[in-house]
Amino acid sequence: MPILGIIASSKAVAVPNSYESISTVTVGGGGSASVSFTSIPATYTHLQIRAIVKSNGGQDSLDLTFNGDTGSSQYTYHSLYGNGSSAGTDVSRPRANIPTDITMVASSDTSMFSAGVLDILDYANVNKYKTTRVLSGFNTNGSANGTAVFLSSGLWMSTSAVTSITLTGRATNIGQYSSFALYGIKGA
Amino acid sequence: MASTYEKIATNTLGSAAASVTFSSISGAYTDLKIVVVTGQNPLNNAITWQYNSDTGNNYSNNALIGTGTSAISTNANTQPRISGFGDLGSSALSSLIKIDINNYSNTTTYKTAIGRFDSIPKGRAAVNVGLWRSTSAITSIAFSFENGTDNFSSGSTFTIYGIKAA
Repeated sequence: MPILGIIASSKAVAVPNSYESISTVTVGGGGSASVSFTSIPATYTHLQIRAIVKSNGGQDSLDLTFNGDTGSSQYTYHSLYGNGSSAGTDVSRPRANIPTDITMVASSDTSMFSAGVLDILDYANVNKYKTTRVLSGFNTNGSANGTAVFLSSGLWMSTSAVTSITLTGRATNIGQYSSFALYGIKGA
Repeated sequence: MASTYEKIATNTLGSAAASVTFSSISGAYTDLKIVVVTGQNPLNNAITWQYNSDTGNNYSNNALIGTGTSAISTNANTQPRISGFGDLGSSALSSLIKIDINNYSNTTTYKTAIGRFDSIPKGRAAVNVGLWRSTSAITSIAFSFENGTDNFSSGSTFTIYGIKAA
């Protein structure tokens, strides 16, 4: 039985040995207001952050900035989401950060974490602005905090190479056992 | 020592099968990624998966589905399996499913998976999130259809990768 071309061309996930672990942060007891990756080398083509995330208080959002840039008009954001009953979209521009859509699940939802994969494409290219994309979601099995799955994108309007990444809880600290792993992906 | 990103196993079906299981999954990695190219015959029920042979009502899932004419979202709590993508729409090997299970082997958190589904015959693109309410490390993953009798087509490939953080 033939495999359709579009499927065949998208089967490869990553070429082994082109994908390297750069650094991992796991949040300790008491939580942390933010998590940062600094001194990111420019030796890769793309970056990827793989995370599980929780709040140490109420359900919250996790925002991203690059290179310490918190300028109020440096970022834009678009999102497509499903909350279990309806689909929706969101946009915000300009703004001072990129909402990652990797939800910080409330501490009251015991043991439940969101999961997310965030890609930063062509992060070291100094000739263009930087684009992010995220697939993320959380499910609380019917708690009042609900559920959602997100496909979102962000833009940093800077041609600077990304050398640092900061992820910050919007209103609460990032909770214990939240984990963020940064990987570098090399091109051919 | 596990490398950063490596294939753990591939199962290519030599004949149609009602289920496919990855068992004895090592805890040596941080995350798992599963890539499935498959078809379904007959088309009675939704594709699903379970962890560690747990058939209790310990799962929930939410999906966002694009049908070509509209976007819809569905949710199911307290289920015996993760689903959300529906049937595959064809016996041809034309459905692609990618699933990420982050921090699958820790014994502190429940496990959350995020997945993507694309089917040309079905005319659907979808993403989902599935929760397993267990702090056990995931050591096996079993794919089947909801009724347990629909089959994955011969030639289907199921590949599992391990990703290891520093």
